[in-house]
Amino acid sequence: MPFIPHSEADVGAMLKAIGVARIEDLFDEIPPALKIDALAKVPPGLSEMDVTRLMKERAAMDGTPLNFAGAGAYEHHIPAAVWAIVSRGEFYSAYTPYQAEASQGTLQLIYEYQTMMTRLTGMDVSNASLYDGATALAEAVLMAERCMKKGPRRVLVPRSVHPAYRKTLHTIVALQDIEVVEIDFAHDGADAGGVDPAWLAKQDFGAFTALVIPQPNFFGVLEHVDALTDWAHEKGALVIGVVNPVSLAVLKAPGQWGRTGADIVCGDGQPLGVPLSSGGPYFGILACKQEYVRQMPGRIVGRTTDLDGREGFALTLQAREQHIRRAKATSNICTNQGLLVTAATITMAMLGPEGVRRVAANSMANTRALRDKLVKIPGVRVLFQRSCFHEVALALPKPASEIVERLAHDNIVAGVALGEEFPELGDALLVCATETKTTADIDRFAASMARALA
Amino acid sequence: MQEIPGDLKFMKSHEWARVEDKGTVTVGISDHAQSQLGDLVYVELPSVGDHVQAGNACAVVESVKAASDVYSPVSGEIVAINEALPDKPETINEDAFGEGWIFVVKPDSLAEDMEGLLDPDAYVELIENEEH
Repeated sequence: MPFIPHSEADVGAMLKAIGVARIEDLFDEIPPALKIDALAKVPPGLSEMDVTRLMKERAAMDGTPLNFAGAGAYEHHIPAAVWAIVSRGEFYSAYTPYQAEASQGTLQLIYEYQTMMTRLTGMDVSNASLYDGATALAEAVLMAERCMKKGPRRVLVPRSVHPAYRKTLHTIVALQDIEVVEIDFAHDGADAGGVDPAWLAKQDFGAFTALVIPQPNFFGVLEHVDALTDWAHEKGALVIGVVNPVSLAVLKAPGQWGRTGADIVCGDGQPLGVPLSSGGPYFGILACKQEYVRQMPGRIVGRTTDLDGREGFALTLQAREQHIRRAKATSNICTNQGLLVTAATITMAMLGPEGVRRVAANSMANTRALRDKLVKIPGVRVLFQRSCFHEVALALPKPASEIVERLAHDNIVAGVALGEEFPELGDALLVCATETKTTADIDRFAASMARALA
Repeated sequence: MQEIPGDLKFMKSHEWARVEDKGTVTVGISDHAQSQLGDLVYVELPSVGDHVQAGNACAVVESVKAASDVYSPVSGEIVAINEALPDKPETINEDAFGEGWIFVVKPDSLAEDMEGLLDPDAYVELIENEEH
Protein backbone atom coordinates (compact mmCIF):
# COMPACT_ATOMS: atom_id res chain seq x y z
CA MET A 1 0.00 0.00 0.00
CA PRO A 2 1.57 3.32 -1.00
CA PHE A 3 1.84 5.78 1.84
CA ILE A 4 0.44 8.95 0.27
CA PRO A 5 -1.74 10.60 2.88
CA HIS A 6 -3.81 13.70 2.52
CA SER A 7 -4.62 13.97 -1.16
CA GLU A 8 -6.56 17.11 -2.01
CA ALA A 9 -9.77 15.08 -2.05
CA ASP A 10 -8.99 13.59 1.42
CA VAL A 11 -8.31 17.02 2.87
CA GLY A 12 -11.46 18.42 1.30
CA ALA A 13 -13.57 15.59 2.71
CA MET A 14 -12.09 16.00 6.19
CA LEU A 15 -12.62 19.76 6.22
CA LYS A 16 -16.19 19.31 5.04
CA ALA A 17 -16.85 16.75 7.79
CA ILE A 18 -15.79 19.17 10.51
CA GLY A 19 -17.34 22.19 8.83
CA VAL A 20 -14.17 24.19 8.22
CA ALA A 21 -13.50 25.95 4.93
CA ARG A 22 -9.70 26.06 4.88
CA ILE A 23 -6.90 24.40 6.85
CA GLU A 24 -5.62 27.84 7.87
CA ASP A 25 -8.89 28.42 9.76
CA LEU A 26 -7.86 25.69 12.20
CA PHE A 27 -5.04 27.96 13.37
CA ASP A 28 -7.19 31.05 13.88
CA GLU A 29 -6.52 31.00 17.61
CA ILE A 30 -2.90 31.92 17.06
CA PRO A 31 -2.51 35.71 16.81
CA PRO A 32 -1.28 36.71 13.32
CA ALA A 33 1.70 38.51 14.87
CA LEU A 34 3.07 35.18 16.08
CA LYS A 35 2.84 33.51 12.68
CA ILE A 36 5.62 33.53 10.13
CA ASP A 37 5.19 32.72 6.48
CA ALA A 38 8.51 31.02 5.89
CA LEU A 39 11.69 30.19 7.75
CA ALA A 40 14.14 32.82 6.60
CA LYS A 41 17.24 30.64 6.88
CA VAL A 42 15.76 27.55 5.25
CA PRO A 43 16.11 27.62 1.48
CA PRO A 44 13.17 26.61 -0.73
CA GLY A 45 12.72 22.95 -1.61
CA LEU A 46 14.80 21.26 -4.30
CA SER A 47 13.82 18.57 -6.75
CA GLU A 48 15.04 15.01 -6.17
CA MET A 49 17.46 15.41 -9.06
CA ASP A 50 18.96 18.58 -7.58
CA VAL A 51 19.19 17.10 -4.07
CA THR A 52 20.89 13.95 -5.34
CA ARG A 53 23.47 15.97 -7.21
CA LEU A 54 24.12 18.28 -4.26
CA MET A 55 24.53 15.38 -1.84
CA LYS A 56 26.86 13.49 -4.19
CA GLU A 57 29.04 16.58 -4.47
CA ARG A 58 29.11 17.05 -0.72
CA ALA A 59 29.88 13.35 -0.13
CA ALA A 60 32.74 13.50 -2.62
CA MET A 61 34.32 16.24 -0.50
CA ASP A 62 34.90 13.58 2.20
CA GLY A 63 37.10 11.65 -0.21
CA THR A 64 38.23 8.17 0.76
CA PRO A 65 40.99 8.80 3.28
CA LEU A 66 42.89 6.10 5.13
CA ASN A 67 41.29 6.33 8.54
CA PHE A 68 43.14 5.84 11.85
CA ALA A 69 40.64 7.73 14.02
CA GLY A 70 38.50 5.96 16.59
CA ALA A 71 37.47 7.80 19.75
CA GLY A 72 34.04 6.23 19.98
CA ALA A 73 33.26 5.37 16.34
CA TYR A 74 35.18 2.58 14.66
CA GLU A 75 35.72 1.57 11.05
CA HIS A 76 35.12 -2.17 10.73
CA HIS A 77 34.52 -4.27 7.66
CA ILE A 78 30.79 -4.77 7.09
CA PRO A 79 30.00 -7.90 5.06
CA ALA A 80 28.14 -6.94 1.86
CA ALA A 81 25.25 -9.23 2.77
CA VAL A 82 24.46 -7.24 5.93
CA TRP A 83 22.95 -4.14 4.35
CA ALA A 84 21.55 -6.13 1.43
CA ILE A 85 19.46 -8.06 3.97
CA VAL A 86 18.69 -5.04 6.13
CA SER A 87 17.33 -3.18 3.08
CA ARG A 88 14.68 -5.84 2.44
CA GLY A 89 11.17 -4.46 2.80
CA GLU A 90 10.39 -6.83 5.67
CA PHE A 91 13.15 -5.28 7.80
CA TYR A 92 13.43 -1.76 6.45
CA SER A 93 12.06 0.27 9.34
CA ALA A 94 13.67 2.26 12.11
CA TYR A 95 10.85 1.30 14.47
CA THR A 96 9.13 -1.52 16.19
CA PRO A 97 5.72 -1.51 14.53
CA TYR A 98 2.80 -0.09 16.50
CA GLN A 99 0.89 -3.36 16.37
CA ALA A 100 4.08 -5.06 17.42
CA GLU A 101 2.91 -8.66 17.69
CA ALA A 102 1.67 -8.62 14.09
CA SER A 103 5.31 -8.40 13.04
CA GLN A 104 6.66 -11.66 14.42
CA GLY A 105 9.77 -11.54 12.24
CA THR A 106 10.83 -8.13 13.56
CA LEU A 107 10.18 -9.20 17.14
CA GLN A 108 12.14 -12.43 16.66
CA LEU A 109 15.08 -10.45 15.31
CA ILE A 110 15.01 -8.09 18.30
CA TYR A 111 14.74 -11.06 20.65
CA GLU A 112 17.81 -12.60 19.04
CA TYR A 113 19.64 -9.26 19.30
CA GLN A 114 18.81 -9.14 23.02
CA THR A 115 20.08 -12.70 23.45
CA MET A 116 23.36 -11.84 21.73
CA MET A 117 23.79 -8.75 23.91
CA THR A 118 23.17 -10.64 27.14
CA ARG A 119 25.78 -13.21 26.08
CA LEU A 120 28.35 -10.52 25.24
CA THR A 121 27.75 -8.52 28.42
CA GLY A 122 27.08 -11.38 30.82
CA MET A 123 23.88 -9.61 31.92
CA ASP A 124 20.46 -11.27 32.34
CA VAL A 125 18.42 -8.86 30.23
CA SER A 126 18.96 -6.49 27.30
CA ASN A 127 16.47 -4.02 25.92
CA ALA A 128 15.76 -3.60 22.20
CA SER A 129 18.34 -0.73 22.01
CA LEU A 130 18.44 3.01 22.62
CA TYR A 131 19.55 5.94 20.45
CA ASP A 132 23.31 5.85 20.95
CA GLY A 133 26.03 5.15 23.50
CA ALA A 134 25.97 8.59 25.12
CA THR A 135 22.21 8.65 25.74
CA ALA A 136 22.40 5.01 26.85
CA LEU A 137 24.81 6.11 29.59
CA ALA A 138 22.40 8.86 30.66
CA GLU A 139 19.53 6.34 30.72
CA ALA A 140 21.71 3.93 32.73
CA VAL A 141 22.35 6.65 35.33
CA LEU A 142 18.64 7.55 35.56
CA MET A 143 17.89 3.84 35.85
CA ALA A 144 20.43 3.42 38.67
CA GLU A 145 18.74 6.24 40.56
CA ARG A 146 15.39 4.46 40.25
CA CYS A 147 16.90 1.16 41.37
CA MET A 148 18.22 2.85 44.52
CA LYS A 149 14.99 4.21 45.92
CA LYS A 150 15.77 7.49 47.68
CA GLY A 151 19.37 7.16 46.62
CA PRO A 152 21.95 9.90 47.13
CA ARG A 153 21.36 11.23 43.58
CA ARG A 154 25.08 11.42 42.92
CA VAL A 155 27.05 9.40 40.41
CA LEU A 156 30.81 9.09 40.02
CA VAL A 157 32.06 9.35 36.46
CA PRO A 158 35.77 9.02 35.65
CA ARG A 159 37.23 11.58 33.24
CA SER A 160 38.41 8.57 31.23
CA VAL A 161 34.80 8.20 30.02
CA HIS A 162 34.29 9.63 26.49
CA PRO A 163 34.01 13.46 26.78
CA ALA A 164 30.90 13.52 24.55
CA TYR A 165 29.24 10.92 26.78
CA ARG A 166 29.99 13.02 29.85
CA LYS A 167 28.51 16.13 28.20
CA THR A 168 25.39 14.25 27.12
CA LEU A 169 25.03 12.77 30.60
CA HIS A 170 25.27 16.22 32.14
CA THR A 171 22.70 17.64 29.70
CA ILE A 172 20.17 14.90 30.44
CA VAL A 173 20.53 14.47 34.21
CA ALA A 174 21.65 17.88 35.53
CA LEU A 175 18.12 19.28 35.73
CA GLN A 176 16.80 16.07 37.27
CA ASP A 177 18.60 16.84 40.50
CA ILE A 178 21.38 14.31 39.94
CA GLU A 179 24.92 15.40 40.68
CA VAL A 180 27.60 14.09 38.34
CA VAL A 181 30.93 13.96 40.19
CA GLU A 182 33.85 13.63 37.80
CA ILE A 183 36.79 11.69 39.20
CA ASP A 184 40.22 11.96 37.68
CA PHE A 185 42.28 9.23 36.09
CA ALA A 186 45.91 8.73 37.14
CA HIS A 187 48.39 10.98 35.31
CA ASP A 188 51.64 9.46 36.61
CA GLY A 189 53.07 6.10 37.42
CA ALA A 190 52.15 2.63 36.30
CA ASP A 191 48.42 3.36 36.48
CA ALA A 192 48.46 6.51 34.32
CA GLY A 193 45.66 6.65 31.76
CA GLY A 194 43.03 4.97 33.92
CA VAL A 195 41.50 5.18 37.37
CA ASP A 196 43.92 4.00 40.07
CA PRO A 197 41.94 1.82 42.50
CA ALA A 198 44.47 2.43 45.32
CA TRP A 199 44.01 6.21 44.94
CA LEU A 200 40.25 5.78 44.73
CA ALA A 201 40.15 3.80 47.97
CA LYS A 202 41.70 6.76 49.80
CA GLN A 203 39.10 9.27 48.59
CA ASP A 204 35.91 10.21 50.34
CA PHE A 205 33.21 11.07 47.82
CA GLY A 206 30.37 10.71 50.32
CA ALA A 207 27.37 8.59 49.42
CA PHE A 208 26.77 7.90 45.73
CA THR A 209 24.33 5.88 43.66
CA ALA A 210 26.62 4.42 41.04
CA LEU A 211 30.15 4.33 39.71
CA VAL A 212 30.54 4.43 35.93
CA ILE A 213 33.37 2.25 34.63
CA PRO A 214 34.47 2.57 30.98
CA GLN A 215 36.04 -0.55 29.49
CA PRO A 216 38.06 0.11 27.42
CA ASN A 217 38.18 3.76 28.43
CA PHE A 218 38.34 6.75 26.06
CA PHE A 219 42.12 6.31 25.69
CA GLY A 220 41.74 2.64 24.77
CA VAL A 221 43.18 1.75 28.19
CA LEU A 222 41.80 -1.24 30.08
CA GLU A 223 40.56 -0.15 33.51
CA HIS A 224 41.03 -2.31 36.63
CA VAL A 225 37.38 -3.31 36.43
CA ASP A 226 37.46 -5.98 39.17
CA ALA A 227 38.89 -3.69 41.84
CA LEU A 228 36.68 -0.76 40.80
CA THR A 229 33.53 -2.90 40.79
CA ASP A 230 34.22 -4.35 44.23
CA TRP A 231 35.07 -0.91 45.64
CA ALA A 232 31.75 0.56 44.44
CA HIS A 233 29.77 -2.41 45.70
CA GLU A 234 31.44 -2.16 49.13
CA LYS A 235 30.21 1.45 49.24
CA GLY A 236 26.66 0.22 48.58
CA ALA A 237 26.59 1.68 45.07
CA LEU A 238 25.72 0.16 41.71
CA VAL A 239 28.22 -0.32 38.89
CA ILE A 240 27.47 0.92 35.34
CA GLY A 241 29.81 -0.46 32.69
CA VAL A 242 30.36 1.51 29.45
CA VAL A 243 31.67 -0.94 26.89
CA ASN A 244 32.59 -1.44 23.26
CA PRO A 245 30.63 -4.57 22.24
CA VAL A 246 33.40 -5.82 19.94
CA SER A 247 35.90 -5.75 22.80
CA LEU A 248 33.67 -8.10 24.80
CA ALA A 249 34.60 -10.91 22.42
CA VAL A 250 38.08 -10.90 24.03
CA LEU A 251 37.58 -9.17 27.39
CA LYS A 252 35.90 -10.42 30.55
CA ALA A 253 32.12 -9.87 30.35
CA PRO A 254 30.91 -7.08 32.70
CA GLY A 255 28.70 -9.68 34.40
CA GLN A 256 31.93 -11.23 35.70
CA TRP A 257 33.62 -8.02 36.90
CA GLY A 258 34.73 -8.29 40.52
CA ARG A 259 32.92 -10.56 42.93
CA THR A 260 29.36 -9.92 41.76
CA GLY A 261 29.64 -8.24 38.37
CA ALA A 262 28.46 -4.90 36.98
CA ASP A 263 24.77 -4.12 37.51
CA ILE A 264 23.98 -2.16 34.33
CA VAL A 265 25.92 -2.20 31.06
CA CYS A 266 25.64 0.34 28.26
CA GLY A 267 27.61 1.32 25.19
CA ASP A 268 27.43 2.23 21.53
CA GLY A 269 26.56 -0.55 19.11
CA GLN A 270 28.11 1.16 16.06
CA PRO A 271 31.13 -1.21 15.78
CA LEU A 272 28.68 -4.03 15.01
CA GLY A 273 27.84 -3.48 11.35
CA VAL A 274 26.94 0.22 11.40
CA PRO A 275 28.87 2.48 8.97
CA LEU A 276 30.59 5.60 10.34
CA SER A 277 28.27 7.81 8.22
CA SER A 278 29.54 11.16 9.54
CA GLY A 279 28.63 10.35 13.12
CA GLY A 280 25.26 8.66 13.02
CA PRO A 281 22.71 7.27 13.33
CA TYR A 282 24.19 4.64 15.63
CA PHE A 283 22.45 2.68 18.38
CA GLY A 284 22.76 2.39 22.15
CA ILE A 285 23.12 -0.82 24.11
CA LEU A 286 21.51 -1.25 27.53
CA ALA A 287 21.58 -4.46 29.56
CA CYS A 288 21.17 -5.23 33.26
CA LYS A 289 20.78 -7.84 35.95
CA GLN A 290 17.33 -9.40 36.25
CA GLU A 291 16.56 -7.68 39.57
CA TYR A 292 16.67 -4.23 37.88
CA VAL A 293 14.62 -5.02 34.78
CA ARG A 294 11.53 -3.11 35.94
CA GLN A 295 13.57 0.07 36.04
CA MET A 296 14.99 -0.47 32.56
CA PRO A 297 13.79 1.95 29.87
CA GLY A 298 12.92 1.04 26.30
CA ARG A 299 11.25 -1.86 24.59
CA ILE A 300 11.87 -5.47 25.60
CA VAL A 301 10.80 -8.44 23.50
CA GLY A 302 9.98 -11.73 25.23
CA ARG A 303 9.45 -15.24 23.94
CA THR A 304 6.13 -16.87 24.75
CA THR A 305 3.60 -19.43 23.50
CA ASP A 306 0.23 -18.61 21.95
CA LEU A 307 -3.14 -20.22 22.75
CA ASP A 308 -2.33 -23.15 20.47
CA GLY A 309 1.01 -23.73 22.16
CA ARG A 310 3.07 -22.33 19.29
CA GLU A 311 6.17 -20.27 19.99
CA GLY A 312 5.79 -16.54 19.47
CA PHE A 313 7.29 -13.21 20.46
CA ALA A 314 5.66 -10.33 22.30
CA LEU A 315 6.64 -6.98 23.78
CA THR A 316 6.92 -7.56 27.49
CA LEU A 317 7.00 -5.58 30.76
CA GLN A 318 5.24 -2.73 28.96
CA ALA A 319 3.97 -1.20 32.16
CA ARG A 320 7.42 0.44 32.40
CA GLU A 321 6.65 2.39 29.26
CA GLN A 322 5.01 5.68 28.42
CA HIS A 323 1.87 4.38 26.74
CA ILE A 324 0.87 2.72 30.03
CA ARG A 325 2.75 4.48 32.84
CA ARG A 326 2.56 7.95 31.26
CA ALA A 327 4.42 10.59 33.30
CA LYS A 328 5.81 7.92 35.62
CA ALA A 329 7.30 5.77 32.86
CA THR A 330 10.93 4.75 33.24
CA SER A 331 11.87 7.02 30.35
CA ASN A 332 10.52 9.05 27.47
CA ILE A 333 12.19 6.44 25.28
CA CYS A 334 9.42 4.44 23.63
CA THR A 335 11.13 3.15 20.52
CA ASN A 336 14.45 1.66 19.49
CA GLN A 337 16.96 1.87 16.65
CA GLY A 338 15.36 -1.01 14.80
CA LEU A 339 17.19 -0.70 11.50
CA LEU A 340 20.66 -0.48 13.05
CA VAL A 341 19.90 -3.28 15.47
CA THR A 342 18.90 -5.35 12.46
CA ALA A 343 22.30 -4.64 10.89
CA ALA A 344 24.10 -5.51 14.14
CA THR A 345 22.18 -8.75 14.60
CA ILE A 346 22.86 -9.88 11.03
CA THR A 347 26.52 -8.89 11.39
CA MET A 348 26.91 -10.92 14.59
CA ALA A 349 25.01 -13.85 13.10
CA MET A 350 27.25 -13.84 10.01
CA LEU A 351 30.52 -13.47 11.92
CA GLY A 352 29.57 -15.78 14.77
CA PRO A 353 31.34 -15.64 18.15
CA GLU A 354 34.62 -16.71 16.57
CA GLY A 355 34.35 -14.08 13.82
CA VAL A 356 33.71 -11.24 16.31
CA ARG A 357 36.63 -12.52 18.39
CA ARG A 358 38.89 -12.37 15.33
CA VAL A 359 37.75 -8.82 14.51
CA ALA A 360 38.67 -7.81 18.07
CA ALA A 361 41.97 -9.72 18.12
CA ASN A 362 43.08 -8.45 14.68
CA SER A 363 42.20 -4.88 15.64
CA MET A 364 44.30 -5.20 18.79
CA ALA A 365 47.21 -6.69 16.85
CA ASN A 366 47.06 -3.94 14.20
CA THR A 367 46.99 -1.19 16.81
CA ARG A 368 50.05 -2.75 18.50
CA ALA A 369 51.84 -2.92 15.14
CA LEU A 370 50.94 0.72 14.47
CA ARG A 371 52.11 1.78 17.93
CA ASP A 372 55.42 -0.05 17.52
CA LYS A 373 56.00 1.62 14.13
CA LEU A 374 55.10 5.11 15.32
CA VAL A 375 57.23 5.09 18.49
CA LYS A 376 60.30 4.50 16.32
CA ILE A 377 59.84 8.07 15.03
CA PRO A 378 62.01 10.41 17.14
CA GLY A 379 59.95 12.28 19.74
CA VAL A 380 56.91 9.96 19.57
CA ARG A 381 56.17 7.90 22.69
CA VAL A 382 53.33 5.96 24.20
CA LEU A 383 51.49 8.20 26.66
CA PHE A 384 50.13 5.49 28.98
CA GLN A 385 51.88 2.20 29.73
CA ARG A 386 48.73 0.26 30.64
CA SER A 387 47.21 -2.45 28.46
CA CYS A 388 45.04 -1.20 25.65
CA PHE A 389 42.28 -2.63 23.49
CA HIS A 390 42.49 -1.32 19.91
CA GLU A 391 43.32 2.31 20.54
CA VAL A 392 46.42 4.02 21.94
CA ALA A 393 47.33 7.56 23.02
CA LEU A 394 50.68 8.88 21.77
CA ALA A 395 52.68 11.89 22.90
CA LEU A 396 53.98 13.88 19.90
CA PRO A 397 56.79 16.43 19.71
CA LYS A 398 54.52 18.86 17.81
CA PRO A 399 50.90 20.00 18.33
CA ALA A 400 48.67 17.04 17.49
CA SER A 401 46.01 19.10 15.69
CA GLU A 402 48.73 20.43 13.39
CA ILE A 403 49.86 16.87 12.61
CA VAL A 404 46.29 15.79 11.91
CA GLU A 405 46.03 18.62 9.40
CA ARG A 406 49.40 17.79 7.79
CA LEU A 407 48.49 14.12 7.33
CA ALA A 408 45.15 15.07 5.82
CA HIS A 409 47.17 16.36 2.83
CA ASP A 410 48.43 12.78 2.44
CA ASN A 411 44.80 11.60 2.49
CA ILE A 412 45.21 10.10 5.98
CA VAL A 413 42.98 10.69 9.02
CA ALA A 414 45.73 10.53 11.64
CA GLY A 415 43.56 10.19 14.71
CA VAL A 416 41.96 12.48 17.28
CA ALA A 417 43.96 15.26 18.99
CA LEU A 418 43.37 15.04 22.74
CA GLY A 419 44.52 18.54 23.72
CA GLU A 420 41.14 20.22 23.40
CA GLU A 421 39.35 17.93 25.86
CA PHE A 422 42.41 17.09 27.96
CA PRO A 423 44.74 20.14 27.93
CA GLU A 424 46.94 18.53 30.61
CA LEU A 425 47.91 15.77 28.16
CA GLY A 426 49.64 18.28 25.88
CA ASP A 427 50.40 17.27 22.30
CA ALA A 428 48.67 13.91 22.44
CA LEU A 429 47.06 11.96 19.60
CA LEU A 430 44.63 9.05 19.93
CA VAL A 431 45.10 6.49 17.15
CA CYS A 432 43.27 3.30 16.22
CA ALA A 433 43.96 0.58 13.64
CA THR A 434 41.07 -1.84 13.23
CA GLU A 435 41.14 -5.13 11.31
CA THR A 436 40.58 -3.09 8.13
CA LYS A 437 44.20 -1.84 8.09
CA THR A 438 46.97 -3.72 6.30
CA THR A 439 50.70 -3.65 6.99
CA ALA A 440 51.08 -1.42 3.92
CA ASP A 441 48.47 1.01 5.35
CA ILE A 442 50.34 1.15 8.66
CA ASP A 443 53.67 1.73 6.87
CA ARG A 444 52.10 4.53 4.82
CA PHE A 445 50.79 6.18 8.01
CA ALA A 446 54.17 5.89 9.75
CA ALA A 447 56.04 7.31 6.75
CA SER A 448 53.63 10.25 6.49
CA MET A 449 53.91 10.90 10.24
CA ALA A 450 57.72 10.77 10.06
CA ARG A 451 57.72 13.37 7.26
CA ALA A 452 55.33 15.60 9.19
CA LEU A 453 57.47 15.49 12.32
CA ALA A 454 60.82 15.80 10.55
CA MET B 1 -17.59 -9.77 43.43
CA GLN B 2 -16.20 -10.09 46.93
CA GLU B 3 -18.52 -8.77 49.63
CA ILE B 4 -17.34 -5.51 51.18
CA PRO B 5 -16.62 -5.79 54.92
CA GLY B 6 -18.58 -3.16 56.83
CA ASP B 7 -15.59 -1.76 58.70
CA LEU B 8 -13.84 -0.46 55.57
CA LYS B 9 -13.70 3.11 54.29
CA PHE B 10 -12.89 4.00 50.69
CA MET B 11 -11.17 6.60 48.60
CA LYS B 12 -12.70 7.59 45.28
CA SER B 13 -9.52 6.23 43.72
CA HIS B 14 -10.52 2.73 44.98
CA GLU B 15 -8.21 2.26 47.98
CA TRP B 16 -9.75 0.85 51.14
CA ALA B 17 -8.71 1.72 54.70
CA ARG B 18 -9.42 -0.16 57.90
CA VAL B 19 -8.75 1.37 61.33
CA GLU B 20 -7.31 -1.39 63.50
CA ASP B 21 -7.83 -1.69 67.27
CA LYS B 22 -4.38 -0.28 67.99
CA GLY B 23 -5.11 2.82 65.89
CA THR B 24 -3.10 1.92 62.80
CA VAL B 25 -4.69 1.97 59.34
CA THR B 26 -4.40 -0.99 56.95
CA VAL B 27 -4.64 -0.09 53.26
CA GLY B 28 -5.41 -2.07 50.12
CA ILE B 29 -7.22 -1.69 46.81
CA SER B 30 -10.85 -2.66 46.36
CA ASP B 31 -12.08 -5.85 44.78
CA HIS B 32 -13.65 -3.67 42.08
CA ALA B 33 -10.24 -2.10 41.38
CA GLN B 34 -8.48 -5.45 41.05
CA SER B 35 -11.18 -6.71 38.68
CA GLN B 36 -10.76 -3.62 36.51
CA LEU B 37 -6.97 -4.02 36.43
CA GLY B 38 -7.01 -7.71 35.59
CA ASP B 39 -4.27 -10.20 36.52
CA LEU B 40 -1.71 -8.40 38.66
CA VAL B 41 1.90 -9.16 37.86
CA TYR B 42 3.83 -6.75 40.06
CA VAL B 43 3.46 -4.69 43.21
CA GLU B 44 5.86 -1.93 44.16
CA LEU B 45 5.73 -1.36 47.91
CA PRO B 46 6.74 1.65 49.98
CA SER B 47 9.44 1.21 52.62
CA VAL B 48 8.73 0.86 56.32
CA GLY B 49 9.58 4.20 57.92
CA ASP B 50 8.49 6.27 54.89
CA HIS B 51 6.27 9.21 55.73
CA VAL B 52 3.25 9.44 53.46
CA GLN B 53 0.75 12.23 52.82
CA ALA B 54 -2.95 11.52 52.45
CA GLY B 55 -3.79 11.53 48.75
CA ASN B 56 -0.21 10.92 47.61
CA ALA B 57 0.93 7.85 45.69
CA CYS B 58 3.06 5.48 47.72
CA ALA B 59 2.70 2.10 45.99
CA VAL B 60 2.13 0.81 42.45
CA VAL B 61 0.11 -2.16 41.28
CA GLU B 62 0.78 -3.42 37.80
CA SER B 63 -1.33 -5.77 35.72
CA VAL B 64 -0.82 -7.24 32.28
CA LYS B 65 -2.58 -4.22 30.81
CA ALA B 66 -2.05 -1.29 33.16
CA ALA B 67 -0.07 0.17 36.00
CA SER B 68 -1.83 2.11 38.69
CA ASP B 69 -0.65 4.21 41.63
CA VAL B 70 -1.97 3.38 45.06
CA TYR B 71 -2.73 6.48 47.15
CA SER B 72 -2.56 6.61 50.90
CA PRO B 73 -5.93 7.49 52.47
CA VAL B 74 -4.22 8.94 55.56
CA SER B 75 -1.05 10.82 56.42
CA GLY B 76 1.46 9.10 58.66
CA GLU B 77 4.33 6.67 58.85
CA ILE B 78 4.45 3.31 57.07
CA VAL B 79 4.81 0.73 59.85
CA ALA B 80 4.26 -2.49 57.85
CA ILE B 81 4.21 -3.66 54.25
CA ASN B 82 2.83 -6.90 52.84
CA GLU B 83 6.11 -8.56 51.93
CA ALA B 84 4.35 -11.57 50.41
CA LEU B 85 2.99 -9.47 47.53
CA PRO B 86 6.08 -9.05 45.33
CA ASP B 87 6.28 -12.83 44.96
CA LYS B 88 2.50 -13.38 44.84
CA PRO B 89 0.84 -10.24 43.42
CA GLU B 90 -2.16 -12.38 42.43
CA THR B 91 -3.08 -12.42 46.13
CA ILE B 92 -4.73 -9.03 45.50
CA ASN B 93 -6.87 -10.57 42.72
CA GLU B 94 -7.85 -13.45 45.01
CA ASP B 95 -8.51 -11.60 48.27
CA ALA B 96 -8.40 -7.83 47.84
CA PHE B 97 -9.99 -7.04 51.21
CA GLY B 98 -8.01 -9.62 53.22
CA GLU B 99 -4.69 -11.26 52.41
CA GLY B 100 -4.20 -8.70 49.61
CA TRP B 101 -3.64 -5.75 51.99
CA ILE B 102 -0.71 -3.59 50.83
CA PHE B 103 0.60 -1.46 53.71
CA VAL B 104 -0.15 -0.20 57.22
CA VAL B 105 0.09 3.44 58.27
CA LYS B 106 0.45 4.85 61.76
CA PRO B 107 -1.68 7.96 61.20
CA ASP B 108 -0.78 11.52 62.20
CA SER B 109 -4.34 12.86 62.46
CA LEU B 110 -6.68 9.97 61.99
CA ALA B 111 -10.10 11.55 62.56
CA GLU B 112 -9.45 14.38 60.13
CA ASP B 113 -8.25 12.10 57.32
CA MET B 114 -11.03 9.53 57.79
CA GLU B 115 -13.68 12.21 57.44
CA GLY B 116 -13.22 12.49 53.70
CA LEU B 117 -13.56 8.75 53.03
CA LEU B 118 -16.62 6.89 51.76
CA ASP B 119 -18.47 4.19 53.67
CA PRO B 120 -19.22 0.91 51.85
CA ASP B 121 -22.68 1.99 50.63
CA ALA B 122 -21.41 5.27 49.23
CA TYR B 123 -18.52 3.42 47.55
CA VAL B 124 -20.87 0.89 45.95
CA GLU B 125 -22.93 3.78 44.65
CA LEU B 126 -19.78 5.36 43.23
CA ILE B 127 -18.75 2.28 41.27
CA GLU B 128 -22.29 1.69 40.07
CA ASN B 129 -22.39 5.23 38.70
CA GLU B 130 -18.98 4.68 37.12
CA GLU B 131 -20.31 1.65 35.30
CA HIS B 132 -23.31 3.50 33.84
